[in-house]
Amino acid sequence: MATAIINNQTLELKDGEQLNCIQAAQRIGYEIPSYCWHPALSVVASCRMCLVEVGDTKPDGTVVMQPKLVPGCQTPVKEGTVVIADSEKVKAAQKATLEYLLLNHPLDCPTCDQAGECFLQDYSYKYGRGYSRLQEPKNIKPDKDHIGENITLFTDRCIMCTRCVRFTREVSGTSELQVVSRGSAETIDTFPGIPCDNKLAGNVVDLCPVGALCSKDFLYQQRVWWLKTTKSVCAGCSTGCSVDVDQNEDQVYRLTPRSNPLAQGDFMCDEGRFGWKYIHSDERLTFPARRKNGEIRTRDWDDVIPSLQKALAKAVGRAPEKCAAVFSPWMTVEEAYMLASYLRGLSPKVKLALGPVKTVGEDDTYPKDFFGKPKEPVKFTIRAEKAPNRRGVQMVLNHFGGAATTLSDLAADGAAGKLEAIYLVGGDPTGWLESQQATGLGKASLVIVQDILPSTISERADFLLTGGSFAERDGSFVNYKGLAQQIGRSVRGPDGTRPDGRILWDLTGRKGLFNAAAVRKEMAEKIPAFAAFAQGTLGDCGVLLNEHGAPEAHVVAKA
Amino acid sequence: MPAFEPVLLARIAKPNSAKLETYRADGGYGALKKALSMTPVDVTTLVKDSVLRGRGGAGFPAGLKWTFLPKDHPGPIYLCVNADESEPGTFNNRILMELDPHQLIEGIAIACYAIKSEKAYLYLRYEYGRSYRVLDAAIKECYAAGLLGKNIMGSGFNLDIVLHRGAAAYICGEETGLIESLEGKRAWPRIKPPFPAIEGLFRKPTIVNNVETLCCVTHILNRGSEWFKSIGVPPDPNNPRDMGSYGPKLYCISGHVNKPGCVELPLGVTARELIDEHAGGVWKGRKAKAVVPGGISMGFLSADELDTPLDFNGPGKAGCLGLGTAAVVVVDDQTSMVDVLYNCCRFMSHESCGQCTPCREGTAWMTKILERIRAGHGKMEDLDTLTEVAGSMGIIPGTTICGLSDGAAWPVKNAIRKFRADFEEYISSGRRSVTSAQELMAGAH
Repeated sequence: MATAIINNQTLELKDGEQLNCIQAAQRIGYEIPSYCWHPALSVVASCRMCLVEVGDTKPDGTVVMQPKLVPGCQTPVKEGTVVIADSEKVKAAQKATLEYLLLNHPLDCPTCDQAGECFLQDYSYKYGRGYSRLQEPKNIKPDKDHIGENITLFTDRCIMCTRCVRFTREVSGTSELQVVSRGSAETIDTFPGIPCDNKLAGNVVDLCPVGALCSKDFLYQQRVWWLKTTKSVCAGCSTGCSVDVDQNEDQVYRLTPRSNPLAQGDFMCDEGRFGWKYIHSDERLTFPARRKNGEIRTRDWDDVIPSLQKALAKAVGRAPEKCAAVFSPWMTVEEAYMLASYLRGLSPKVKLALGPVKTVGEDDTYPKDFFGKPKEPVKFTIRAEKAPNRRGVQMVLNHFGGAATTLSDLAADGAAGKLEAIYLVGGDPTGWLESQQATGLGKASLVIVQDILPSTISERADFLLTGGSFAERDGSFVNYKGLAQQIGRSVRGPDGTRPDGRILWDLTGRKGLFNAAAVRKEMAEKIPAFAAFAQGTLGDCGVLLNEHGAPEAHVVAKA
Repeated sequence: MPAFEPVLLARIAKPNSAKLETYRADGGYGALKKALSMTPVDVTTLVKDSVLRGRGGAGFPAGLKWTFLPKDHPGPIYLCVNADESEPGTFNNRILMELDPHQLIEGIAIACYAIKSEKAYLYLRYEYGRSYRVLDAAIKECYAAGLLGKNIMGSGFNLDIVLHRGAAAYICGEETGLIESLEGKRAWPRIKPPFPAIEGLFRKPTIVNNVETLCCVTHILNRGSEWFKSIGVPPDPNNPRDMGSYGPKLYCISGHVNKPGCVELPLGVTARELIDEHAGGVWKGRKAKAVVPGGISMGFLSADELDTPLDFNGPGKAGCLGLGTAAVVVVDDQTSMVDVLYNCCRFMSHESCGQCTPCREGTAWMTKILERIRAGHGKMEDLDTLTEVAGSMGIIPGTTICGLSDGAAWPVKNAIRKFRADFEEYISSGRRSVTSAQELMAGAH
């Protein structure tokens, strides 16, 4: 174990741990400001914001400081390293660097999207001088709104940290971005005719520490200080990227990746980033329904749930082996558990099936090489399996075992008139049921559909339960490799919808309000594979479930 | 003092001096033959013993640099010849390449043999079209004569020289900028360590040497290290870190002199001697106001510092950055230092690669301030701002990756310290050096 001294505080380093000064200072709770450094990108040490004083402890105990300032990002902290990050010399250098960075900056914070989450703003308040001594005209560089389909560049706000350039070279491997021109005239640009439209392109907007690269989707939509952030998980594919969902007044405005070494790392793909729009779709199913002979009898939850309980009990009572439920890979494990345990509580003979798991193409790994072929080591994967929780739902179904079946068998049963009751859970915004299957299943005497968007079967459902999208629910998803992460309710769904957890909580006759943590604790007791749920909460990074359900001790995983 | 007999420039006045035939007639490639009969370690030791310091600007001992290569490296090891001579006022490499290219090629071959490199990249400044043609022809002659290629002179030593033309950027003269540029990238100097000797071109051990340095190697092989050390200035006994300034040096003299040109003299000649005896004195009967000792990035010597010896220590003692390329630019007493400094700053801001914030923004800011002063809108506090900006830039305070920034800061620091009265007079008198049209142009960008 190595010991280093940061700002006169002792820091113990674990064996083999490689930290630079910025990371070491973070450990003692001190922020060394930086722009160009990013943990997932190569070190260029060019912004010069993280300059610190560094020294070594000699064998006789004396400390010899280097005469020059050194960039903290580039300087490793080892046994005996002494870092001074708060001296007058360091502060003077920070002040000078910030003055340089703001020299040609337009200072257009009032109209800038980044204002409120801008490192140039924050550091100026903290380390800057407060006024500019520049008396000459500022450089005026034309804005470039053609950087990509979703990306625009406010050239004059750029501080040339080159994070975006390095991202396209090192992570996406697509290399669309480059630095053109020289000195204070230089700008970020694309190669002619090759816009930055790769599937990870949106990350350059997050990486930009200032308001230079902006998302056209989010541009001028909200001041960031109005946004409320909920930690959640992207539902786009089985990678299960940790995300922050930013909303204001029940309107989601953007998804941004939340760094999680156990899940995807630091980034997310554009498919997930912009793939949430359906949650505010005008098409959303907004009221539950109880139908009799095709006619709507009620749209009142207080009637629908008790009637459904009665109808289900009756059907299961008549012919339990002809009753079945289809579980969607878009359900949370809590929802899957509540529905499965409820139905099996009515009768162990009720059949349970996993609904369709959509796959599109092959797993798409990054970086790519010049010719678009995947390159090792893989830094990001967009998975072919376009559902967030196939693995978690499967684990629940495995536990309940017994009479399992498949969707196509059920459709065949329905077509043959051998289906008494069918409980269908949807959730896939891109549709999940083929029309032939819908026809077969629709022939069941009792059709229950729980979904968010209309489908061929929702029109003929005897009971329509209007659930919530991933942004409206509490619960947890298990990703492709068994990482269970919590999703959070960030917005209320449209009037008349209810989070699926609440629907099932009420259906199963539980008292009080739906509480995902309580369900998780119950699952931990009942299902060995979910033993790691015992705490109720899964933390920010989630919990990795192995085959036997126990959390694995040391897992450092990359997506 | 007896006239110094040129060594590096000995052949340049001869007819057809660039031809292999004439070079061989003058005993050319004898040094290479001699080197090939020695072991690489012995060649390195010989060059190290001669204390040949790099002629490109920094003055680092060349032989010592060669010993930094990793031992028993499986290869490849590369030699990069820095012929990106871009420091304003410097043109000695050009003369060597255009008029005596084989002297350089022989030096390259010897150096490659010493460092066990089988490939040398000659990184040539784009603007040197004639050098390119001459070197290209000379390299072809060598291949035809078996002096390059496989099994040179039957020794089993192989060497290829790749002649590469840069795309005209000052920063490509910085050794890691040069390497990046050779690799086909933007010439952004690398962060060090690792130094090129450990990880350089294509991530392999690489030595970067200047043209004049390699030309000296040829003569050290021919005449020995003692001969080399008989020329120049021995180490300062009061400075244990001084290695001395040995050997002949090409001094380029330009600016306000009667006879500008390039002369070869032992290291340590004074600026005054150079101007008066080798450049025919300051033009139009005027006096020198300031003298650049080694390219504009080294700063200025004032009129009363002209007796400074131009060796590796002298200019530093007079507050300059160093000897640099020994390109002496003379400024006469009728010239405003404001205009001189503006020209320096304009060059440096144009050539800043833009990687490090202080250099990218600082060079441009200093240029803007001087532009404003030259437009008649200067203020006294501008001089303090200029000094402060210059003081916060460079590898000496530790705020940049490479030394371009130091070179951009030094003329500013020097000029304002040594010629402050000039600046103050300029500002207070309300003078202006630009026309309204130029002023409009300046404001327009």
